Amino acid sequence: MATTTMTGSSTRTTPRRRITKPLAVVGLLALWLVAWTLLRGQDMLELPRATLTDLHHWLNDVNDSVGASRNSNPLFLYFFNEIRAVMDALVTFVQGLIAQPAYGRPVPVLGWLGVVALVSYASWAFGNWRVALLAAGGFTLFGLQGLWQESMDTLALTLVAVFVSLLFGIPLGILAGVSDRFHRLITPVLDLMQTMPTFVYLAPLTLVFLIGPASATIATLIYAMPPAIRITAHGIRSVPAPPVEATDSFGATRRQRLTKALLPLSKRTIVLGVNQTIMAALAMVTVAALIDAPGLGKTVIKALQTTDVGTAFNAGVAIVVMAIVLDRVTTAASIRAEQGGGEANPRIRRLLLAGFGLVAAVCSYLSYTYLWASEFPEGGQLGEYLSQGATTVTTWAQHNLADLTAAVKDGVTIALLNPLEALLAESPWWLMGAVIVLLAALIGNLRAAAVAAVCVGLLVGSGLWNASMVTLAMTLVATLLVVTLGVVIGVWMGRSSRADRVIRPVLDAGQTMPAFVYLIPVVALFSVSRFSAIVAGVVYAAPVAIKLVADGVRAIPESTVEAATAAGSNTWQTITKVQLPMARQSLLLATNQGLIYVLSMVVIGGLVGAGALGYEVVAGFSQGQLYGKGLAAGVAIVVLGIMLDRIARAAAQRSDRAPSANQT
Amino acid sequence: MSTDTAVQPRGQVNDHQTPVISVRNLWKVFGPNAERVPGSAELAALSRRELRERARCTAAVREVSFDVAPGEVFVVMGLSGSGKSTLVRCLTRLIEPTAGEVVFEGEDILRADKKRLRELRRRKFSMVFQHFGLLPYRTVVDNVGYGLEIRGAGRAERIRRANEVIELVGLDGYENAYPDQLSGGMQQRVGLARALAGDPDVLFFDEPFSALDPLIRRDMQNEVIRLHRQVGKTMVFITHDLSEALKLGDRILLMRDGNVVQAGTGDELVGAPADDYVRDFVQDVPRADVLTLRWIMRPARDSDQLDGPELGPGVIVRDAVRTVLAADRPVRVVENGELLGVVGHAEVLDIVAGNQAGA
Amino acid sequence: MRSIVNKRVLAGVSLSAVAALTLTACGGDKIESTDAADSGDCSTFTIAINPWVGYEANAAVIAHVAETELGCKVVKKDLKEEIAWQGFGTGQVDAIVENWGHDDLKKKYIEDQQTAVNAGSTGVEGVIGWYVPPWMAEEYPDITDWNNLNKYASLFETTESGGKGQLLDGDPSFVTNDEALVKNLGLDYQVVYAGSEPALIQAFRQAEEKKEPVLGYFYDPQWFLSEIELVKVDLPEYQEGCDADPEKVACDYPVYDLDKIVSKSFADANGPAYQLVDNFNWSNEDQNLVARYIAQDNMSPEEAAEKWVEANQDKVEAWLPQS
Repeated sequence: MATTTMTGSSTRTTPRRRITKPLAVVGLLALWLVAWTLLRGQDMLELPRATLTDLHHWLNDVNDSVGASRNSNPLFLYFFNEIRAVMDALVTFVQGLIAQPAYGRPVPVLGWLGVVALVSYASWAFGNWRVALLAAGGFTLFGLQGLWQESMDTLALTLVAVFVSLLFGIPLGILAGVSDRFHRLITPVLDLMQTMPTFVYLAPLTLVFLIGPASATIATLIYAMPPAIRITAHGIRSVPAPPVEATDSFGATRRQRLTKALLPLSKRTIVLGVNQTIMAALAMVTVAALIDAPGLGKTVIKALQTTDVGTAFNAGVAIVVMAIVLDRVTTAASIRAEQGGGEANPRIRRLLLAGFGLVAAVCSYLSYTYLWASEFPEGGQLGEYLSQGATTVTTWAQHNLADLTAAVKDGVTIALLNPLEALLAESPWWLMGAVIVLLAALIGNLRAAAVAAVCVGLLVGSGLWNASMVTLAMTLVATLLVVTLGVVIGVWMGRSSRADRVIRPVLDAGQTMPAFVYLIPVVALFSVSRFSAIVAGVVYAAPVAIKLVADGVRAIPESTVEAATAAGSNTWQTITKVQLPMARQSLLLATNQGLIYVLSMVVIGGLVGAGALGYEVVAGFSQGQLYGKGLAAGVAIVVLGIMLDRIARAAAQRSDRAPSANQT
Repeated sequence: MSTDTAVQPRGQVNDHQTPVISVRNLWKVFGPNAERVPGSAELAALSRRELRERARCTAAVREVSFDVAPGEVFVVMGLSGSGKSTLVRCLTRLIEPTAGEVVFEGEDILRADKKRLRELRRRKFSMVFQHFGLLPYRTVVDNVGYGLEIRGAGRAERIRRANEVIELVGLDGYENAYPDQLSGGMQQRVGLARALAGDPDVLFFDEPFSALDPLIRRDMQNEVIRLHRQVGKTMVFITHDLSEALKLGDRILLMRDGNVVQAGTGDELVGAPADDYVRDFVQDVPRADVLTLRWIMRPARDSDQLDGPELGPGVIVRDAVRTVLAADRPVRVVENGELLGVVGHAEVLDIVAGNQAGA
Repeated sequence: MRSIVNKRVLAGVSLSAVAALTLTACGGDKIESTDAADSGDCSTFTIAINPWVGYEANAAVIAHVAETELGCKVVKKDLKEEIAWQGFGTGQVDAIVENWGHDDLKKKYIEDQQTAVNAGSTGVEGVIGWYVPPWMAEEYPDITDWNNLNKYASLFETTESGGKGQLLDGDPSFVTNDEALVKNLGLDYQVVYAGSEPALIQAFRQAEEKKEPVLGYFYDPQWFLSEIELVKVDLPEYQEGCDADPEKVACDYPVYDLDKIVSKSFADANGPAYQLVDNFNWSNEDQNLVARYIAQDNMSPEEAAEKWVEANQDKVEAWLPQS
């Protein structure tokens, strides 16, 4: 072991080591298989559904005691209650502006006309004409879908969550950008915030912050703040060195360095962080509806109760449209932040700013004063059409495609999932744990092996080892599918900008359409099964992987592809010998992100028959006595994520270093 | 291999002047526990590679000493990886040196606290960078006034002063352009103007022209020479280009693997290379363009007719060729009325024909 | 040249501003301020809405009556059971109007924390059990006796059930002893957790449509039963106390008397809304009717409640506070 992890000596023994490492991996796997046939079914650490470990009981007790102390504990009286009051006031204020009757009026302060006008104006002022039109169209669509008020409620909650996320996230991100220590400290916290299933903390949140907008907002911002912090830190960290060095050379103080160089130079990245924060906040719309968050999420959840796919789809479309509008507007804003608007004449722009500002103000006034501009006119049949269309398509698909999809499900389950699950979950835990740690050391490094060892320990300690391995098997199969799709479609999009233009909105929809909307169609096509859970994971994770690969392929310098063509490569050779190898970084990133996204759908998988960790989390959310077990399952998901991520990163680092080590 | 690293100012620089910058035994070591390396005789003696394997440290600058005289253009030259860029950054502590002394106008900069260091950077030094280091979202005026802004100068003063230096570097008319609208050469003029704007005592140049096209590079070199004549600042100039070093430098310090290989005037380097490395380095230099008569003269022999033309010892060979060849007797090399030696056809032709053995 | 462009743009912009202003002249109805909420001795009344349609039917009818007859301001909060019970303690929930058993929650909140009290039966009876789609009951008439389940186990085999028959369980909110039942009754089945009610419904719907075998956990009243009438499989009959030890249970689920739970402070105040909840009582048929309005006729809960109340004034009368 020791010899294979000594990266420093790689140069001298290159020819021999090249052969030994893969051999060692193969040897390990072979040993594992042999041991598995002998020991299969021993020490699997299965835990029956209704059985709790001491740890689970203890977590229940902690949860109960928190709830019991809420009226006496000063932390509640003077801290949490204050936070709740501020949050509630913020949300209520924004709702009063655009969504809910307020200030003694039967309608919000701004009606639909005012909102559409202001949003379009802001999109134009910070972005450009095209996104302004998109915003106007998108927001009008909400009205036509018959979902104006729901959309505004969702928008209000999202805006507040995003505002608070940025208020704290950007300063923290700046701190993490300039201080390595803080960066190291906060990274695992952010990992936890992003991978811990929301279901785990929904119920405790309502205990601490009560039922209401505050809890919904805080649930949202726990998930939405990490991107703001991470991307701000990344922006600060990737500011090119020369201007910063120049700034230092003039004797800048730390503050001057930050305000005059680092911040202006990372402005664009920070705006992209805003964009990602908005997307993350919108991803929480449906889940937050489970604790009474108002808006489109409620429509989806209610429709689900009556298995009304059409209505859920209609609301889902509104969420997707809102996400796309906000995404395109903030992206345009980030481009303007970097390059300026490209107007030839700043005077004209100033005039237009004033002029359109006036128009927006007039529209706002109208929507304040007149009913027709306040409440969206009834009779928009669009929602009906969308809903009927979706129902028709679903019904058609389940009548005509179900046999085919069932065959796919059976094929993948029998050929891939069942054997893998048998291997992972039916190995004795100590064997499986040893295999994981050794693999981490072989393909990664000693550090990764140490992390893996700790993670294996935590999984065993959680009392959910067996469920974790079942979930791991599903996760690996889903990730394999995600990466395959990523490569095939990503390369296609990377090579053809027309394909890119057509496919990209579909990917956006896949990423932002709430999973609750397609739960029923997925079950209809793939029945209640682990494969349904895998499909849900793939629908959510594949778009990210595909986009990353496509961007990676597109970023390859033209001259390289030209050289390959000049050397007489055919298309296949160009792809396999030039484009894929050169996009290796993107492929690795796509795999890593695909994995994380698949893991974040484990709980949704639990709703369509995945069992294992996902189900335990859902059960813990649904039944108080299972709370501790659900929390443990949530932690197990986080641990799985961290373990796979760290091993993959170490492996990527190692393979990065290998070629460059030969040069020195 | 060892060289006398403490160079005494020679040539055009007057011996009696106190140096502006005086560097003694400067070390910069990267890696874990770097500070133990300079102190340990054993580690300090190791080669770069041995050091990396033994202590996982890289010594970028090793025991470097030199003086820079007021008004001088002092060139530090070396190939990439020789430590020259690290060295120049150590002088203003943009990179914190590991050990040694950097005395500026009698004050050891390495002992200065943060506040004092900032003050020095604001008033006394400024730097021109290889990749310009301009701020893309600021106009030329605002970039040039940047140092003044950091120093806390008011807007009106900044603009006035910025416009002055913009004119000085020949950028008038581009005050309100953004860096990405300018060519590389013009961007570096902005960098130059920015460095001049604060009226510093010393200008540091870190390979400022290596990213430019050859023709523009030549323009910019001439620009520096012109500015040096005009404003007379002390300059420390880093380059990897020998001809640039010879063209600009009053004196040149040649570095290799963090060590000083040789230090002296251009003609000293070419005329008396300290070792094979330097000899190799300077071998393609057109010697006639660099060497002065001092380097090729021989003692007068009895047979010489000592009534030929008279030239000073500092005259470049190339400039003397015509005189020497036109004369039918050896040219006398005279300094302060004293006859130092003579130069005849043979000596000049040796050099012009590139005969190495001549020196 | 430049100034001409400027003027044109300015003209265009101001023109559209003026156009917008002229619209004002066309007018339309102005927005009037509303008066303060109407008074009455009933102020705000908060009902938790648990996520199933039958519950929503109860809540909609109670809310409708509270608003129209008692002048209450009714707030509905969409919450899962556990969180709704939590809400009693924080004073954020007044009533839960359909409760399925939940002895653990009763112990925790009624006995231990004393934040909740029972407000009597809703009159609706809840039946939990194992069901098969109607076509199966027709084709294999003896399947409704649990003794024959092993005979048919191979029919129910799926990719998920590991070579045994599949017993599909649903939403984890519901009480289930199914793993123990399978074990203690010696059944050759594997419990597979669908994880959500919609998934369960979809499975049954598809099974009936395509004549595929499915055995699953379900319950009555549920609106889906009026779409497809699932057939219950009889397990060994329930005897008082046969489910005392969850490990050893080998009998059918009891018939649940679905009851109402209210917060202690709400009950102590004894306002009209509390009396309404306390008096509320109807039948499975009533609830199924309203649930069908909502789930299948696509009415909003408010419309459905209004329609039922209009047709059943006599029942509503009996719920109103006596004064």
